[in-house]
Amino acid sequence: MNKITSLEDLRKIKAASQEKTEARKNNDTQIIIGMGTCGIAAGARAVMTAVLEELAKRNLTNVAVLQTGCIGMCQKEPLLDVVRPGEDRVTYGPVKPSDVPRIIADHLVNGVVVEDLVVAKIPNKE
Amino acid sequence: MALARAHVLVCTGTGCTASGARDILAKFGEEIKAKGLDKEISVVETGCQGFCEGGPLVIIYPEGTFYTHVKVEDVAEIVEEHLLKGRVVGRLLFKEPMTAEKVPNYSDIGFYKKQHRLVLKNCGHINPDSLEEYIGAEGYEALAKVLLTMTPEQVVEEMKKTGLRGRGGGGFPTGMKWMFCAKSPGPKKYIICNADEGDPGAFMDRSLLEGDPHAILEGMAIGAYAIGSDEGYIYCRAEYPLAIKRLKQAISQAEEAGLLGQNILGTGFNFSLHIKEGAGAFVCGEETALMASIEGRRGMPRPRPPFPAVKGLWDKPSNINNVETFANVPYIFRVGAEEYAKLGTEKSKGTKVFALTGKINNTGLAEVPMGITMREIIFDIGGGIIGGKKFKGVQIGGPSGGCMPEQLLDTPIDYDSLIAAGAMMGSGGLVVMDEDTCMVDLAKFFLTFTQSESCGKCTPCREGTKRMLEILTAITEGRGQEGDVEKLERLAKSIKAGALCALGQTAPNPILSTLRYFRDEYDAHIRDKKCPAGACTALIGYKITADCKGCGLCKKVCPVDAISGEMKGQHTIDPNKCIKCGACMSKCPFKAIVRG
Repeated sequence: MNKITSLEDLRKIKAASQEKTEARKNNDTQIIIGMGTCGIAAGARAVMTAVLEELAKRNLTNVAVLQTGCIGMCQKEPLLDVVRPGEDRVTYGPVKPSDVPRIIADHLVNGVVVEDLVVAKIPNKE
Repeated sequence: MALARAHVLVCTGTGCTASGARDILAKFGEEIKAKGLDKEISVVETGCQGFCEGGPLVIIYPEGTFYTHVKVEDVAEIVEEHLLKGRVVGRLLFKEPMTAEKVPNYSDIGFYKKQHRLVLKNCGHINPDSLEEYIGAEGYEALAKVLLTMTPEQVVEEMKKTGLRGRGGGGFPTGMKWMFCAKSPGPKKYIICNADEGDPGAFMDRSLLEGDPHAILEGMAIGAYAIGSDEGYIYCRAEYPLAIKRLKQAISQAEEAGLLGQNILGTGFNFSLHIKEGAGAFVCGEETALMASIEGRRGMPRPRPPFPAVKGLWDKPSNINNVETFANVPYIFRVGAEEYAKLGTEKSKGTKVFALTGKINNTGLAEVPMGITMREIIFDIGGGIIGGKKFKGVQIGGPSGGCMPEQLLDTPIDYDSLIAAGAMMGSGGLVVMDEDTCMVDLAKFFLTFTQSESCGKCTPCREGTKRMLEILTAITEGRGQEGDVEKLERLAKSIKAGALCALGQTAPNPILSTLRYFRDEYDAHIRDKKCPAGACTALIGYKITADCKGCGLCKKVCPVDAISGEMKGQHTIDPNKCIKCGACMSKCPFKAIVRG
């Protein structure tokens, strides 16, 4: 590590380090990918990789990437859910890796649901 | 590497390491690589997470799933199921001992829910080998604030306002200690961290050093600035190799980053730190003996005054605080004295870390605000007594402390209420005892410890503890006589008044407090030659009653062939051969074997 000679140096390291450990916090913004056997067979791994790449490209650190098992809608796999705090949870499917940048840009970042890929919307209980 | 979507935190505190955490850590690395997940998941080694009973512990974020008793064989399943497919491995989740309910999330576990973690906040959550992670957790902010915006006098004043009292045992106000040393004249002063944790059953200092070493360094640097010192020592016992390794690593990182050494943060403040490894003598936890040991002499106490603040290490003014005290310092200067003083009771501020051991379900570290009751610590956090047995007492403060019986369970805990109860805070070790513990035997256990650890310099401690131990041994072996208790009381009084250091002065405490609350047990040993708890082997025997069906199980299990009898006939125990192990009694399906 370089010498820390001022408060600014310290704050810079703090910010960088907090980004790296963001996954250890409870994040309300989530992307949930269906990783049951059906999901994996339909290519959920590639979708997951695409999500991680896109998040890294856009430097979005405060998003929790979670997996879930089969929810019974196997013909629509790979399924991908987007949760934004205070909004409805939206399930997309079948998602191709090439759809991921659009979902992240439009929905996750800008809050506009990508209607042509929507499978279901789960109303926010609050 | 892109940002990791998941973090696998493996506890590598001494407890978990002893049960195989190193292999688990390595296996996670292998399995994750084999599944091609190594670019998206990071495996982090952390310090002690406090819940040692459940070790080895693994926490997986972002979900915060808490896995207990993880074995190397389980790792492949966790990687396949949880990390790849997102399915929690149910059989490894923690079960609440009282309700047998499975709890998936770390923060919902009763053990953690009631705790208030200020000092232990980073332990188990950051990688202790990473300075970046410590800074990310607001580390070294307090030092920067102190050096850039406060004068040493202001730091001492602020410390006095917090009301923080030394966490090592005596409970002397830390701010006062700093003030005495700051006012002591002389160009050279030392600041010392007492990491010679020696009480049986206490391990909070070790966990802090292992889990958050930079916090101790930061606390010491702030203290050094306050008293005008530029050099410090950490006296840590060599039995804590992991703590020493992590401390050394932390010191070299902080030096490299310019947070220790010359001209820290460009303020002109210099501070360097050394580690002194101790050989593990209990007496070296006493401040004057500790300093003698750093100087290379035999670790023996000397009379005070002069106090270390006047004449300490190498005759220079020195300030010595305990590990946990220093660990409080960065938090105090981040939030301010007023905010800190909101926690706790009138005369004892802040939190205290207790080490829970003995016959308790959730062995581990619990940090709670001062003023909480012992009942909350033992039953809500500790999960109650193993096997649903009856609570009998709790020894608090190790061999220098005393025991608290059931009727005191609802006393709010602080320094003064414990002294009033005949115990003391000590370092905060709690040894919980159930109905099977003999209180005379307990006093004997602690006295055996202080006796063998007595340095031998002063007569009251050297001879007095030996005589007390002899009397206790006689009582537990059925050779007790009328008048023994009075003799013990007289000896205890003389030792308390006459011993040179606090270790000698407090050595009779376990006897005095057991006498105070469990006098009837002493009487039963001496007059009736009986041990009510059935723990003193010389005073118990086993008999087979007429309920015996002659199944022969007891005969089979007896290790010394003391039981004879025909199949389907009455069996008997030969008292001359019997070693009173009790194996027959626990094996008998008809409850036909009784103590007596």
